Amino acid sequence: MQIPAAFDYVRADSVDHALQLLAEHGPEARVIAGGHSLLPMMKLRLANPEWLIDINDLSELDHITEDGDTLRVGALTRHVSLLESDAVAGHFPLVRDAETTIADPLVRNRGTIGGSLCQADPAEDLSTVCHVLRAELVIRGPNGERTVPMRELHRGPYETSVEQNEILTEIRWPIRPRSSSAYTKVERRVGDWATAAAGASVTMGADGQIEDVTIGLTAVGLDGSTATRSQDALRGQRPSEELYAEAGRLAAEDCNPVADQRGTEAYKRHLADELTRRVLRTAIERVTAGASPAGQGITASAEPRS
Amino acid sequence: MQITMTVNGDSVSREVEARVLLVHFLRDVLSLTGTHWGCDTSNCGLCTVLMDGVPVKSCTVLAVMASGHDIRTVEGLAAGGTLDPVQQGFMEEHGLQCGFCTPGMMLTARALLDKNPNPSEDVIREAISGQICRCTGYATIVRSIRWAAAHPAGASKAEDTAAEDPAEASA
Repeated sequence: MQIPAAFDYVRADSVDHALQLLAEHGPEARVIAGGHSLLPMMKLRLANPEWLIDINDLSELDHITEDGDTLRVGALTRHVSLLESDAVAGHFPLVRDAETTIADPLVRNRGTIGGSLCQADPAEDLSTVCHVLRAELVIRGPNGERTVPMRELHRGPYETSVEQNEILTEIRWPIRPRSSSAYTKVERRVGDWATAAAGASVTMGADGQIEDVTIGLTAVGLDGSTATRSQDALRGQRPSEELYAEAGRLAAEDCNPVADQRGTEAYKRHLADELTRRVLRTAIERVTAGASPAGQGITASAEPRS
Repeated sequence: MQITMTVNGDSVSREVEARVLLVHFLRDVLSLTGTHWGCDTSNCGLCTVLMDGVPVKSCTVLAVMASGHDIRTVEGLAAGGTLDPVQQGFMEEHGLQCGFCTPGMMLTARALLDKNPNPSEDVIREAISGQICRCTGYATIVRSIRWAAAHPAGASKAEDTAAEDPAEASA
């Protein structure tokens, strides 16, 4: 039987209250939301917080809001809400692509985007999504709010720049015209972590050339999480299969996968190459088609869940 | 600490340790052993219950986190001695072999049908994809849920034998 070690539990009723509780209980206090990463770690004694601060009642952090050229997503937004949101799928189809492959429907009912990003698992999909979308993260602490770019969120595996007395409150995705995106993942079975996955966001110029592009790879040890040489090779070029192949080749060269039970290093490099080609192809097709939402057939709702 | 929640329509209050998981609270404190306990790692889905109508894995929810919420377990599916159509469907279409995954499967099915009364086979398979039937009886589980969708008011055994086989109507 796996039971966490003893701890004290308290519910926050606002972000300010949660911050106050974090300050009060010090370094052995942890915030819990969906709990689908933290509770398993506590069962295995990989995490041993003395205080759990439950933020599930903070409905102010559970929202998907279009705000001019930014989509603002509250940190407590559940995976299922991201999956079902038409606003998200319309602007950023890669989010729905990724969400259909994250864990399973029951875990998605509980898990949150803020928890996923703050867990900083190198095989986690939404981190790659946020790198690809060049997300900005809003972090609140005792001295107010600060905003950091996604590339500064993760200091390393399971370590973030969110300080112990701070809370990630919002994820901001910039909305760009003539842009679309795609994400695809190879997993051994439903609910598994990625063997490898890739995401891309592409902005097309009026002249039919690739104006801007971001490519992210999951679980293959890519330094900085974006394939910069592949991106450089694509900018200013006209889309073609040869170009996608070159981008894939560079991505496979630049990643640094580790052999494990999910596959050999060579297999993962092959996946980095092939999946890079696929997401580029799909993202560019989607720009051409007017950014049609991904994941056809999934019941869609833009309503935030409580 | 003191927690209060609604379980199958009844308000319950108990004193529990913060580290008690919802699955153990239901089974060991409330003696509702219909909620099964399997892998402990939120993989198998045996411990699925509905929290505010939404299926969750109760091995990965603390009982204290469920305080103030509405919990429904397999014991709360039948109403007034009448089986839920989902339970009836699992009988009609032989949706269980060993029965260990069945409570969780039925609760997910109930939540799915409440949201989408006529789901396709693909939608059903996606909905139950977080739950494992180690007898591999997925085909009959899917048929059972389709039976329930085709019979939203259920059907009694007497009606079944008098009328044509409802299983055929849903096939």
